[in-house]
Amino acid sequence: MRHAITLRIGPATFRIGSAWPQPIADLARLYTAYPDVRGAIADFTVRLQPTSLARRWVRPSIFITGDHGLADAAPMSLAHGLLAAEMGMNLQMALGWRRHLLLHASSVEKDGRVLVMTGESGSGKSTLAALLGERGWRFMGDEFALLDMDSGAILPFPRLVSLKNRAIDVVTQAVGEARMGPLLAATAKGDIRHMVPRTDAVARMGEGGMPALLLFPRFGHDAAVRLVGQGEIFMRLTQASTNYVALGEPAFTALTRFVANVPARAIDFPSGDDAIAMVDQLWEQLA
Amino acid sequence: MSAALLVRTLRDPASAGALDADGWNRLLAAARAERLIGTLAYRLESIALPDAVWPILDDARRDSGREAQQALWEADRAAQALRGLDVKLILLKGAAYVAAGLRAGQGRFIGDLDILVPRDAMPAVERALIAAGWEWVKEDPYDDAYYRQWMHELPPMIHVERDRMIDVHHTILPLTARQAPDAGAMIADAVHITDGLYILSVEDRIVHSVAHMLADGDMQGGLRNLWDIYCLLPDADRATLEARATRHGLALHVRQARRLAGAIYGAGARLTLWDRLVRARLLARDGWGRESRKLLVFAFFVRSHWLRMPPLMLARHLFTKWRKGHRPQ
Repeated sequence: MRHAITLRIGPATFRIGSAWPQPIADLARLYTAYPDVRGAIADFTVRLQPTSLARRWVRPSIFITGDHGLADAAPMSLAHGLLAAEMGMNLQMALGWRRHLLLHASSVEKDGRVLVMTGESGSGKSTLAALLGERGWRFMGDEFALLDMDSGAILPFPRLVSLKNRAIDVVTQAVGEARMGPLLAATAKGDIRHMVPRTDAVARMGEGGMPALLLFPRFGHDAAVRLVGQGEIFMRLTQASTNYVALGEPAFTALTRFVANVPARAIDFPSGDDAIAMVDQLWEQLA
Repeated sequence: MSAALLVRTLRDPASAGALDADGWNRLLAAARAERLIGTLAYRLESIALPDAVWPILDDARRDSGREAQQALWEADRAAQALRGLDVKLILLKGAAYVAAGLRAGQGRFIGDLDILVPRDAMPAVERALIAAGWEWVKEDPYDDAYYRQWMHELPPMIHVERDRMIDVHHTILPLTARQAPDAGAMIADAVHITDGLYILSVEDRIVHSVAHMLADGDMQGGLRNLWDIYCLLPDADRATLEARATRHGLALHVRQARRLAGAIYGAGARLTLWDRLVRARLLARDGWGRESRKLLVFAFFVRSHWLRMPPLMLARHLFTKWRKGHRPQ
């Protein structure tokens, strides 16, 4: 492909090719603090290609695919090329990664122990991880937490943090413009802006930690903390995993151990500050 | 052309030792796109590889192992569903190769479960599968009627709980195709393997695979099909295969498949001009895993339809599909 870049995020290396220069230029700028892996053998190839011959120039339209793809993936406009590249990497991980159990979750670390947060899109798990990452925690990832099936550790996958709608202003105020990507207005999920993790989070992206607390956050409700039964936790985590079935018995064993050993709570919160106070308190009590 | 790199590595695994990072990236992308990554992983098992490569191939072996297990389970479920019908359940393609422990099954990608049953047993088979939890995939009445009237298989079905597809064939090629292989003879000679499951005889396995690759398809996935054929050929007696292919009206195709398998994966073979065109189509894959040689690929797509049905019928079919929004890729 005409424009290309190779990126390493946590344990995975991606070779990303694009028919247009802009998405690659955006990636090069935002991933500048990441290790230089030019010429590396990549785990996955990502392709941003025109949906048809004409759509390279006329109303450019990106089809996201690569080693693993979905035939019916919705095309994206070139203005959202950075998001397309990020989605392309996520797609490869979701469909192709087999070395760890993938949990659709954000994670942060303190004193070698990891807080895992999982929930639907819009639950606030990305924003919460981003904010905690600015307040004494090490940001490990906002999309996938990688569970090592042998050791039970959580490994980082700290790509750019994808912030949506109201979260954009909250986080931009906390981290400053310099670490923010371009505003991608009116995507399928609303406005999106990417945030570059702190350099220490990037420098330590090879370093995992043992999980100490699991939270199911839910943004936009009055503050509340609830217990969650182990059966429900197990079911929710299997649903939050894209490769649980493909990994078979080792995944079942690892997930069973995770559920048995890691305390868990569901939390509702009306604002970021409330959430952080609740997280700090639960961390003191449980972790 | 990175497909050429892929076939060179399959033919001569030791040549992978000389690849640089760019070569590996092109090789892996082409192997994944052709669904030959599992096969490649087995071929490279005893080669010294760069550190970054072995976990990728390890994953591919793990995936193909799981696919094999899943395919055998689906075959077992289908056998269970048809028990009591007094129908020989014949496994085709990937599931058959894995069930019989054939070399072609090693690392093979396995998608749907393909089975062959006698045509007069079709209504009973259809009822039994529906009773066991399979349901129709195609909602479109045109597609459904088209399959039933003209194709060599039922419209595809999917299992409601396991989300796995089954293709029930009653013959080898569409009823509109120029060749009419003798499905009855294939069923009569099928070999019993285990638990009420059968596979085609050595020669019929090859004829069937060749029919799909050369007499029917547009060559999508052709490199993988040809690898199957290359692996199946050593088991067959040449004269018996020739006689069997002639009986099914596919002698020319089987001879061509022999030449192509020899030229692409084997020790070499003399190719005709037409063989060379087919080879060019088979190798149309670039270092990013994309199909290249668009015009040639499109020509083969058109040809595959041309072979399947008479011109007027083809025109009507393509027009109907086009009106429904279907476009060739």
